Amino acid sequence: MDFLRPASWEEALAAKAEHPTAVPIAGGTDVMVEINFDRRRPEYLMDLNRVADLYDWEVGEESVRLGASVPYSRIMEHLRAELPGLALASHTVASPQIRNRGGVGGNLGTASPAGDAHPALLAAGAEVEAESVRGARRIPIDDFYTGVKRNALAPDELIRAVHIKKADGPQQYSKVGTRNAMVIAVCAFGLALHPGTRTVRTGIGSAAPTPVRARTAEEFLRAALDEGGFWDNGKIIPPSVARRFADLCAAACNPIDDVRGTADYRRHAVGVMARRTLAWTWESYRGPGRVTEGAA
Amino acid sequence: MRLDFTVNGRPRQADDVWEGESLLYVLRERLGLPGSKNACEQGECGSCTVRLDGVPVCSCLVAAGQAEGREVVTVEGLAHYAGQRSGGTGARGTSPDEAVGGAAEGAGPQAGEGTGPAPVQQAFIDAGAVQCGFCTPGLLIAADALLELNPDPTDADIREALSGNLCRCTGYEKIMDAVRLAAARRSEGV
Amino acid sequence: MRPSEPSAASGQGGAPLGVPTKITQGSGTRGGIGESTLRPDGILKVTGEFAYSSDLWHEDMLWGQILRSPVAHAEIVSIDTGEALAVPGVYAVMTYDDLPADVKHYGLEIQDTPVLAHGRVRHHGEPVAIVAADHPETARRAAAKIEVAYRELPVVTDEASALAPDAVLVHEDRTDHHSHHVPHPNIVHRQPIVRGDVAGARRRADVIVEGEYTFGMQDQAFLGPESGLAVPEEDGGVHLYIATQWLHSDLRQIAPVLGLPEDKVRMTLAGVGGAFGGREDLSMQIHACLLALRTGRPVKIVYNRFESFFGHVHRHPAKLRYEHGATRDGRLTHVKCRIVLDGGAYASASPAVVGNASSLGIGPYVVDDVDIEAVALYTNNPPCGAMRGFGAVQACFAYEAQMDKLAKELGLDPVEFRQLNAMEQGTVMPTGQRVDSPAPVAELLRRVKAMPMPPERQWESSEGADVRQLPGGLSNTTHGEGVVRGVGYAVGIKNVGFSEGFDDYSTARVRMEVAGGEPVVTVHTAMAEVGQGGVTVHAQIARTELGVTRVTIHPADTRVGSAGSTSASRQTYVTGGAVRHACALVREKVLELGRRRFGSYHPAWATAELLLEGGKVVTDDGEALADLVDVLGDEAVEAEEEWRHRPTEPFDPRTGQGDGHVQYSFAAHRAVVEVDTELGLVKVVELACAQDVGKALNPLSVVGQIQGGTAQGLGMAVMEEILVDPRTAKVRNPSFTDYLIPTILDTPTIPVDVLELADGHAPYGLRGVGEAPTLSSTPAVLAAIRDATGLELNRTPVRPEHLTGTA
Repeated sequence: MDFLRPASWEEALAAKAEHPTAVPIAGGTDVMVEINFDRRRPEYLMDLNRVADLYDWEVGEESVRLGASVPYSRIMEHLRAELPGLALASHTVASPQIRNRGGVGGNLGTASPAGDAHPALLAAGAEVEAESVRGARRIPIDDFYTGVKRNALAPDELIRAVHIKKADGPQQYSKVGTRNAMVIAVCAFGLALHPGTRTVRTGIGSAAPTPVRARTAEEFLRAALDEGGFWDNGKIIPPSVARRFADLCAAACNPIDDVRGTADYRRHAVGVMARRTLAWTWESYRGPGRVTEGAA
Repeated sequence: MRLDFTVNGRPRQADDVWEGESLLYVLRERLGLPGSKNACEQGECGSCTVRLDGVPVCSCLVAAGQAEGREVVTVEGLAHYAGQRSGGTGARGTSPDEAVGGAAEGAGPQAGEGTGPAPVQQAFIDAGAVQCGFCTPGLLIAADALLELNPDPTDADIREALSGNLCRCTGYEKIMDAVRLAAARRSEGV
Repeated sequence: MRPSEPSAASGQGGAPLGVPTKITQGSGTRGGIGESTLRPDGILKVTGEFAYSSDLWHEDMLWGQILRSPVAHAEIVSIDTGEALAVPGVYAVMTYDDLPADVKHYGLEIQDTPVLAHGRVRHHGEPVAIVAADHPETARRAAAKIEVAYRELPVVTDEASALAPDAVLVHEDRTDHHSHHVPHPNIVHRQPIVRGDVAGARRRADVIVEGEYTFGMQDQAFLGPESGLAVPEEDGGVHLYIATQWLHSDLRQIAPVLGLPEDKVRMTLAGVGGAFGGREDLSMQIHACLLALRTGRPVKIVYNRFESFFGHVHRHPAKLRYEHGATRDGRLTHVKCRIVLDGGAYASASPAVVGNASSLGIGPYVVDDVDIEAVALYTNNPPCGAMRGFGAVQACFAYEAQMDKLAKELGLDPVEFRQLNAMEQGTVMPTGQRVDSPAPVAELLRRVKAMPMPPERQWESSEGADVRQLPGGLSNTTHGEGVVRGVGYAVGIKNVGFSEGFDDYSTARVRMEVAGGEPVVTVHTAMAEVGQGGVTVHAQIARTELGVTRVTIHPADTRVGSAGSTSASRQTYVTGGAVRHACALVREKVLELGRRRFGSYHPAWATAELLLEGGKVVTDDGEALADLVDVLGDEAVEAEEEWRHRPTEPFDPRTGQGDGHVQYSFAAHRAVVEVDTELGLVKVVELACAQDVGKALNPLSVVGQIQGGTAQGLGMAVMEEILVDPRTAKVRNPSFTDYLIPTILDTPTIPVDVLELADGHAPYGLRGVGEAPTLSSTPAVLAAIRDATGLELNRTPVRPEHLTGTA
């Protein structure tokens, strides 16, 4: 095993081009577990800790450019207003120690369906900024996840940043685990209201081979909100609409039975989380002071 | 590979480090600092928690090479670290040993060399928060970091801050007591 | 530092951080029994200096690695170690064929466990070969190069497959003493307990409830992994520094396999990172010694967490079938039950677990007519053995569920119904044993019920719901939706000490001398301090008995006689009893010395009852006769004694009758939970406990034990389970990622009410503390979840699937 220590992004790209099998390591929260337990012996480990700009973020007009290694704890602390869904998701990541090390780049690189950030990224809308010595490109998040623990990166590419749309409306994130902290998702759900476009977006984690959106549910809700004039009148969403939305979210799952939960439970829980997060976001959209009966 | 970094305020070097070794392994097996514990080596228990450039992290998930040039504080150096933070070389004075640079070069644990335990360490003893003690080093680093940021935490704050540290002996009640005690003593200036 | 002495430090000439570390309690405090004296090892533990078994280091040390079976049941066709031996840095590779002695098996009671697999593996993770190399990674790479050809065999995984007519025998040709009375060779041990006339009682019952219960496989999950250091010695022997629960039991099993007499295997207790039963059996002990003797180099072995799940026995999973009857006015008429425990591939503590499950199988209630049967199976599942409260824990989950079911059927309050049937001093157990010390079952229930209830909706705040206090916690699954509160109660009974005629003794050596101008006492026992605080309490006993403030606890090793196991809630009782007894002998010798030296100066030396207090010899009315410093001069006074509790007797193999237990302990819990009924997530809000401890020698430690045991029971109720694939008998979740134990956010406040009703047969009236709280915690949480959801819930742990109909 060789340990590569690029001092800059350019050096990192060059090293990755030279050694496409090199495994990038930043927070180490996935890679080191596999090394410690003898599940993986990469030829090259490439430390990205020295690439300073991976730890920076910029808040732009439309979106936030989030460096791949910005730790979850900083997202929680500094980007709650711009990226509320991702900030909530960050808070559910493992433990404080892990949140101090891990970042979204690691989640994307590993592309585990259980990665906590994915549903929030899917719901907010994001693009992955990937780069190699051949050049840079932006991969829409919807095209990024290609299979179980597989993503759209080419072997010589590294993730530099994620461009995430700034919230234009309320966002929520929920995750089910069988412990009240430090738990891998049995399943997770992200929801973002986009009043600007009068759309909603969703993200589902751990309930299909890859993180997925519940597109039918999104479309159903978009239409229902439109037809009822809800975006303008701010009325409570009827329970029947919330239920249908929840059912469609559950139907978007394609889960398996495993040690963390059954497929049936995952579908069920995604439905419950969809209904609740819809209630919470809509409540927030309507603004304080309005009554919530019938929403949950 | 060779590794140079700072541990508990002193420059340290390790040679012939295998690239797959964790910071935890280097501390424990190469630098004679076994205070950070190896309970799970998968980031699920917190017993290996150290400060890396001031930030509490699981040292089992830091590749040794990633620590190059960085500053690490382990439980062995916690008393000194806390002492410096409170504006001196330790509330309980400096020992002759420390004045001449501590124990012999390459010495083992640098804990408490001359200083008494940090307030949070004393509180853990006094509150009965230590049983087998295997989780204790990691908890102390995490609890000390909490109190540094939030001198007057609520119970829920304490639970959240320590939710990455498993304890199998105590049922956590005495650990809660210890952190409350450390906070109370601090606010009373004890 | 002598070369053979290991150090916790390492690197370039590390400073000695010796294991053992001498522990001296500073002077200034009286620190006798009844005080919450602080741990003598506390300062070492908070500074990181306390040397645990995985912290040891030695010049020229090698690392040992174990190759384990990837399958549960197979014939080993061949093993080729050639490639592994050729790896640079490898010093030894050993298989069964390399074992040096005729004895090649070990076991706590039945020697059925191969040191290394011989021709067959019987469970997933069974050790097949061992490697010593200069770096753990070298050892791992070499182990991976050992080629083992397996031919898989059908697996025995449950009672049906174990007892089927064509069942594969897990152990052929059994000759152990249980083999003669078991109905099938795949049953390790069977214990019926029959008393009264169940058929007649059944006719008197107005209400009968039946239930079938499933108890999952729990892991001790101590945090300090199995580890130790074996150092070869010049005389051909070996010195093992080890984390264990019983040095002498290890020694008895290790020495024959090494082909060494016991005096050539020296053992010193290294720091123990928790145990909870999981260190009663051997893990890496023999392997480290074998490699050290083979290579002539010190060998350290440290399991990682994955390996730890294969490296120790677990709590027996169980299937329990119960029938309870009661009259309309709420009196129990009879209990019939059958408890099937899965012992896995090797016997370990299974016979004792069967003994507890059967003899304590109906709980702390008065029932004259009982028909109980408990069996432990041999299967190809992971071996199961000791864990805190064993046998009694599984039964308590089931009988307490039954008690709630009956109360509901009768329309009675569950606590009042229990109190109505609660046993008390004088009650005759199903074994025929009369309980001859306090058994305050009804009182504990009263106390736990009388504790103030935690406020409702504590998660509500001015800023909205605090998710940290809601089911799901940080995962943000509810802001109050679907959340329903429930309350549940349970009470349990556990035996203290080793039972069924076992010669359960402890040895203590106590020495008093003058050092630094003051009297100093050294207490030397082989007791394994595993975190429970035995070292604290033994020093307290010495202070109380000998009136000396400075007490040193000598490191535990095999240079003194056995102290028995740190298990069965017995160390304060039995080794504490031995320390007290040895202290009494020292006191007599000191007084004798005093009479010789000073007897002529004061008549009280001859006539009065004399005590040692505050460093002086005093009369019982407080007059000081002499300073101990003067009495002792430069003489050292020492005594070493074995001490035994009252003898017990075996249970009759057919009727289960016999005075099998020495003492009983009792705890009751009230659980308050909040359940997200839609998502099936549980937040335990409070878990109150009342326990009788006879006499709290160290109240702080007592409460710590109760809270710790309570939390382990909570884990068993809502999250902890080793999952074994029923088709392959392979473990599916050997990691802390998927075997979850409670975090601080899962564990509620645990108010404790300690009752002290002396047991006149025990030292100071004390009652073993450690296990009882682990019993009733689980069923109390289950009862509370049932109360919140209305569901029957016949298995533990409860998973979200069980609460949402999606299992």
